Amino acid sequence: MVIVFQSKPSILASSAVAGPLEKKSVFYSYFDSVVEDERWNEKTNEQGHAKMILEASNIVMKKANIENLDVDYFLSGDLVNQMTPSNFAARELAISFIGLFSACATSVSSVIIASLLTELGASQYAIAGAASQHNAIERQFRYPNYYGGPKPATSQWTVTAAGYALVGKHNPEYPSIVAATVGKVVDYGDVNPMHMGGAMAPAAFDTITAHLKKRNQKFQDYDLIMTGDLGKIGLKILKAMLAQTGVKPEELQLLRDAGAEFYGEDEAFLAGASGAGCSASVYFSYIIQQLKTGRFKRVLLCATGALLSPLSFQQGESIPCTAHAIEMTME
Amino acid sequence: MEPKEYQDLEKQVTPPIPYLKNALKAFFVGGIICTIGHAVTYFYIIFFDFTEKTVGNPTVSTMIFFSMLLTGFGLYKKLGQYAAAGSAVPVTGFGNAVISAAIEHRTEGVVLGIGGNIFKLAGTVILFGVASAFFVALIKLILVSIGVVQW
Amino acid sequence: MIFIDFLIAFVIGGIICLIGQLIMDYGKLTPGHTLSILVVAGSIFSGLGLYQPLIDLAGAGATIPITSFGHSLTQGAIAEAEKHGWVGVLTGMFEVTSSGISAAIVFGFIAAFIFKPKGKVN
Repeated sequence: MVIVFQSKPSILASSAVAGPLEKKSVFYSYFDSVVEDERWNEKTNEQGHAKMILEASNIVMKKANIENLDVDYFLSGDLVNQMTPSNFAARELAISFIGLFSACATSVSSVIIASLLTELGASQYAIAGAASQHNAIERQFRYPNYYGGPKPATSQWTVTAAGYALVGKHNPEYPSIVAATVGKVVDYGDVNPMHMGGAMAPAAFDTITAHLKKRNQKFQDYDLIMTGDLGKIGLKILKAMLAQTGVKPEELQLLRDAGAEFYGEDEAFLAGASGAGCSASVYFSYIIQQLKTGRFKRVLLCATGALLSPLSFQQGESIPCTAHAIEMTME
Repeated sequence: MEPKEYQDLEKQVTPPIPYLKNALKAFFVGGIICTIGHAVTYFYIIFFDFTEKTVGNPTVSTMIFFSMLLTGFGLYKKLGQYAAAGSAVPVTGFGNAVISAAIEHRTEGVVLGIGGNIFKLAGTVILFGVASAFFVALIKLILVSIGVVQW
Repeated sequence: MIFIDFLIAFVIGGIICLIGQLIMDYGKLTPGHTLSILVVAGSIFSGLGLYQPLIDLAGAGATIPITSFGHSLTQGAIAEAEKHGWVGVLTGMFEVTSSGISAAIVFGFIAAFIFKPKGKVN
């Protein structure tokens, strides 16, 4: 489903906060803050996770020179059971809050909802974004952090990072959201939770092609199309799928993936980065800054999410995936 | 695109599992862990009052102690990523499964966290070990009773 | 002579791990599945009387891999079954093999108070 925003809501401020390991990220220099302790000096990983979300939200407000009372909505999601880190951060923020779960696509789905609220006139300022904390996600979805189970070359490293954006009324000096596509849930029967890129690529394909078709656009209309966390192998699969439908190799060069690039070529991270904070921290730091400087004029951000739970794959269910996209421009 | 068609494409693009390399790594690391265990065996026989029959218990306990140190400093995880079955199959891997779960769930408290989760991963090994020992011993007992084999 | 002794332990231990790796890779199984299969295999070999000779030959090469866990549980059950009949099958299991589990529990409990897991990259 494609939404065209008549009022073109703008991203008035954005922030990215990351953990210590994310110093290895190629996007490191764009992050606002990097914390030395991955638990943010709290007792548990989950508390640290909540503190990271809180810190990212506070930076957004500080940048826009506003306070909690000025913000109408806080839209956030993460991957921990029942999204307690977002809930607990919202408790501290005391802003009207809707928790959203689109797995790693929450970075974009939250911005879509914020844009709709803004267009409706219901929101002056809304903070939207997503986060993930490696240890908390790893222990929940896979194994204890110090368990010596091997990971295959297809598996990805959940990042410790948060990315948040302040969505407000249109302002020509800031990047604006002109259209969005809410993705369907796509499932091609993949069952391997250590190969998320392979499970998610069809969802990205579905959303990107639907968006371009409905908007009557081509790849060349964009300076960049960036998926969320397909990883190195998932990106290759997506490119192969697009090539089959007649997209030319030079057009495919416009397609990049935040997860595939996040940790550079470091092989220790296997197929690249993943997690809700992966796309969020890259979109709301690097991409926004590139739009602001005018290097990009029009981008399509398509975040992908694998909608599984630790129980669902043990019960033999396949992995349903989704992808949400926003089209952003800079005048 | 049909699911079948997609899975073929996915298979094409995804790098294959390096079967031989994995097997060799497992062989060497597993072999080295067993060699260390063998050295520990000799240590207990030479310096303490253990015989070949009784040396198994202290050897296993010592190896699990080594496993605790490696697990606690995050090194067993690195070893596991390199060696896979080579570090999972020796009893140190069993120790790693128990100890890593205990460390991980400390934040949920001593009773519900450590107590409730310590056998989260290793429980399956105990289950299958006990269940199969039960059936194997039962079969042997039946066979002895009807006079097919002797103890 | 002692060198050959160590070499046999290395090779036999290595081969058992190699078999585990092949089960894991070809069967596309988790470590949990793989170890369960090996424990059951160890128990069956023990019942057939084949595991003890392997220990006599390879020492720690056969006692360190998890297969020996299945072996000692089975030997415990069989030994008690011989003495006490039907009841012994249940009561004898942990006679021989308690050290591995108790060591893991004790060290796990201690470690939980000392160490904190971190997201270390390989």
